[in-house]
Amino acid sequence: MEKNYFDVIIIGGGVIGCSIARYLSRFKVNVLLIEKHFDVAEETSSANSAIVHSGYDPLPNTKKAYFNVKGNKMMEEVCKELHVPFIKNGSLTIGFNDEDKKTLLNLIQRAKLNGVEAEFIEKEELHKIEPSLNDECLYALYAKDSGIVSPFELTIAFMENAMDNGIKLHLSEKVLDIKKDGDLFLIDTDKDKYKAKVVVNAAGLYSDEILKKLEEPSFKINPRKGEYILLDHFNNNWCKHTLFMCPTKVGKGVLISPTTSFNYIIGPSNDESLKEDTSTDSSTINYLKETASKLIKDIPYAEVIRTFAGVRANPDVDDFIIEESKINPGFINCAGIMSPGLASSPAIGEYVSNLIKEKLNLEINTTYNPTRREIYSLSSLGIEKYNELIKKDSRYGHMICRCEKVSEGQIVDAIHRNCGARSVKGIKKRLRAGFGKCQGSFCEEEVCKIIARELNIPLNSVLYKDEGSEVFKYRFKGKKNEN
Amino acid sequence: MKINNKTYDIVIIGGGSAGLSAAKKAYEEGISSILIVERNNELGGILNQCIHNGFGLHKFKKELTGPEYAYEYIEFIKENNIDYFLNTLVLSINSKDKLIVCSSSEEGIINISYKCLIFSAGCNERTSGQIMIPGERPNGVFTAGLAQKLLNIDGYLVGKNVYILGSGDIGLIMARRMTLEGANVIGVSEIMPYSNGLNRNIVQCLNDYNIPLRLHNTVIKIHGKNQLEGITICDVDDSLKPIEGREKFIKCDTLLLSIGLYPFNAMLKNSGAKVNTETKGAWVDQNLETTLDSVFSCGNVLHVHDLVDYVSDEGEIAGENAAKLIKYGRKTLLKTIFTKHNSNLGYLLPNEIKVYKDLNEVSFSFRVKKPISKGEILFKDGENIIKRSVKNDLIPSEMVKIKLNNLDFNNLNELSVEVNEI
Repeated sequence: MEKNYFDVIIIGGGVIGCSIARYLSRFKVNVLLIEKHFDVAEETSSANSAIVHSGYDPLPNTKKAYFNVKGNKMMEEVCKELHVPFIKNGSLTIGFNDEDKKTLLNLIQRAKLNGVEAEFIEKEELHKIEPSLNDECLYALYAKDSGIVSPFELTIAFMENAMDNGIKLHLSEKVLDIKKDGDLFLIDTDKDKYKAKVVVNAAGLYSDEILKKLEEPSFKINPRKGEYILLDHFNNNWCKHTLFMCPTKVGKGVLISPTTSFNYIIGPSNDESLKEDTSTDSSTINYLKETASKLIKDIPYAEVIRTFAGVRANPDVDDFIIEESKINPGFINCAGIMSPGLASSPAIGEYVSNLIKEKLNLEINTTYNPTRREIYSLSSLGIEKYNELIKKDSRYGHMICRCEKVSEGQIVDAIHRNCGARSVKGIKKRLRAGFGKCQGSFCEEEVCKIIARELNIPLNSVLYKDEGSEVFKYRFKGKKNEN
Repeated sequence: MKINNKTYDIVIIGGGSAGLSAAKKAYEEGISSILIVERNNELGGILNQCIHNGFGLHKFKKELTGPEYAYEYIEFIKENNIDYFLNTLVLSINSKDKLIVCSSSEEGIINISYKCLIFSAGCNERTSGQIMIPGERPNGVFTAGLAQKLLNIDGYLVGKNVYILGSGDIGLIMARRMTLEGANVIGVSEIMPYSNGLNRNIVQCLNDYNIPLRLHNTVIKIHGKNQLEGITICDVDDSLKPIEGREKFIKCDTLLLSIGLYPFNAMLKNSGAKVNTETKGAWVDQNLETTLDSVFSCGNVLHVHDLVDYVSDEGEIAGENAAKLIKYGRKTLLKTIFTKHNSNLGYLLPNEIKVYKDLNEVSFSFRVKKPISKGEILFKDGENIIKRSVKNDLIPSEMVKIKLNNLDFNNLNELSVEVNEI
């Protein structure tokens, strides 16, 4: 087979592109995923609310409703196979007055139509199951199937598992042009030229621009930024459920939720922005604080680790866009996947891969292994088993990140896996080293040294995230700068 | 594979200035079964990266560098064969069973039982995330202490055009240090109307090098996607809010943060010790014992100090009292007095006084909340003044230490400390 020919090329290494790659690897098929960043899960998939929505909210009979409900049902099993932490913590959508009560009761009807379990609960029970709530929280829609998952851990796990099963990944490669030539698509990147029978456009924020390279886009992405505040894991019982606010004419308010590492996330805001604008600003952060205080009064802002922002791929249509181009069959758009995109991701991956299977008449990959090798950690193994691991590989005893208890052994493993970490942020996303309150003050340097040693590159070329972000870009005394 | 078990009379978590002096003092008190657990690859803690002088004026009556100061203690530890583990991280404290769980490459997981535990794990620097500086999150924003470590231990200069936020001592020291290494230090912003560093550091590290200090000014935005490209600074009003129209863009490749330290007390807190909400360190009595039985806390993990000499003093108090508890057991408790302070104090230690027979001396430390040019310091039992002293130029960056002695604490009903401007 021609070197640069692929049955399928997926553009975009976010949670949707990587999920499609993973589910495609169930078949005998030659697939390349192209991602312009230095790692997968770098844009929307690295900065969002990290919620696996139950599916009561989307309007019935929409793609959102279908994929959300299905994805939610799949998530537990998927996370077990991929060894990604997933917690079904349940969500509470909080009402503060009679009007909210009406809205919540309507949403419960909608939940029924979507096939989602949702229960209306009154103040007494509400405060019993979530004692931190503000006294003014009167009612709630309780959706027990709502959960939480780390969006970047899930994305990376999808990609690693896809690669374990034969899918190829090209990073730091940008698609410049797409043409149709007979049955094939010709894709030019800044590094190479490819041919493919099927192209999946999972380019998130840039999916309209990618489509534009081939044909007049049928949709437009109007990016909307969400800013967040992240708190430390100071108390595992502070807030157990994902707390949403009852939607009103003004908007959806903000949420407070634990994460799978028992940090707490507060946000998001929802403002028009540029696609690449992930900056935060103080008026928005103040808005988050003020709004969140309606849910929980005394939020311990002394526990703040950082603020951050992510940009959603908000389309100019009301639903997910998951369809083949009518002008250029074989070009499949998976676009406008904003919330509940994370929850929907396994279902979208399965659906799109099945579509391609029919289209290309693919055979089953009999060697497909849905299980990703476990990531060993102190918390997942427990003290005794972890001790046995140290006796086998002493690097697991050498703790590098003292806030999150991450060992050298874990970092080395994360580098050498498929879709391995190659940057400080790559380690952070996979293992949480540097994710703690000191924000890497104590471990970042050691992490860089391990990356340099394991990848056999000079220390001053180790990146923080993308190209151009060398951590040690200046001078070491007595050493020639190798850059 | 079995988990290793070890037993010591005194286990010390952290081999920096507090832990080293605690070990020395406990040894001098006759305890020889002592273990220091240190996560780094050498003893000495942060002193190793403090290559400037000015240490030891109180303790040794001479001016030492950080490593020289540490050496005085490390030699003692080595000469007397006091045990220490390096590259070993404590994972948890189990105060009920009086043991700690550690991890290291050589030993794997180790359970270490203690009679007394001294917690001296030091402090952390506050980060840009914690104070929520708006803008981007590029590479090039460092805490001053990390920049100091990179420069003085690894020989790496973090940047060429440097701005410093916060006038804490490490920031001031680094302003001079980076200038000497050839970096261009553009200026220092301090949000408060006064500096948070020692006066001598303002003079010797900024004024001597013509580095401007902007008071009532802060960084309101960080610019740059991958690498820092610049910052926006702005004057603030009396409520510390940025004043519109007073913004200024500063081009720089590095922002150093010297915006405060806080005790790295999470582990002790997680094991159930009561926390002093003002210091964020442990709640302690006059012997520096926490609310956990036989667990002591001292140094910067208890409250952040400005002079290492005082850290050593505090280590000695913890070391001596741990040793005495082991040698003589616990004395009969007559009563407990909780200490209080007025609103001019940021905090007061100890939080409580355990009154035993013959207790007649207690050391107090506190900081004022705002500068007081002439202050009257009162120790009171109700309305009854026990001790009065007057001090000039009280500032938040300088800790005040006062001893109450020749006093029968059993006669006291309560104890409060007031500072009043006169």
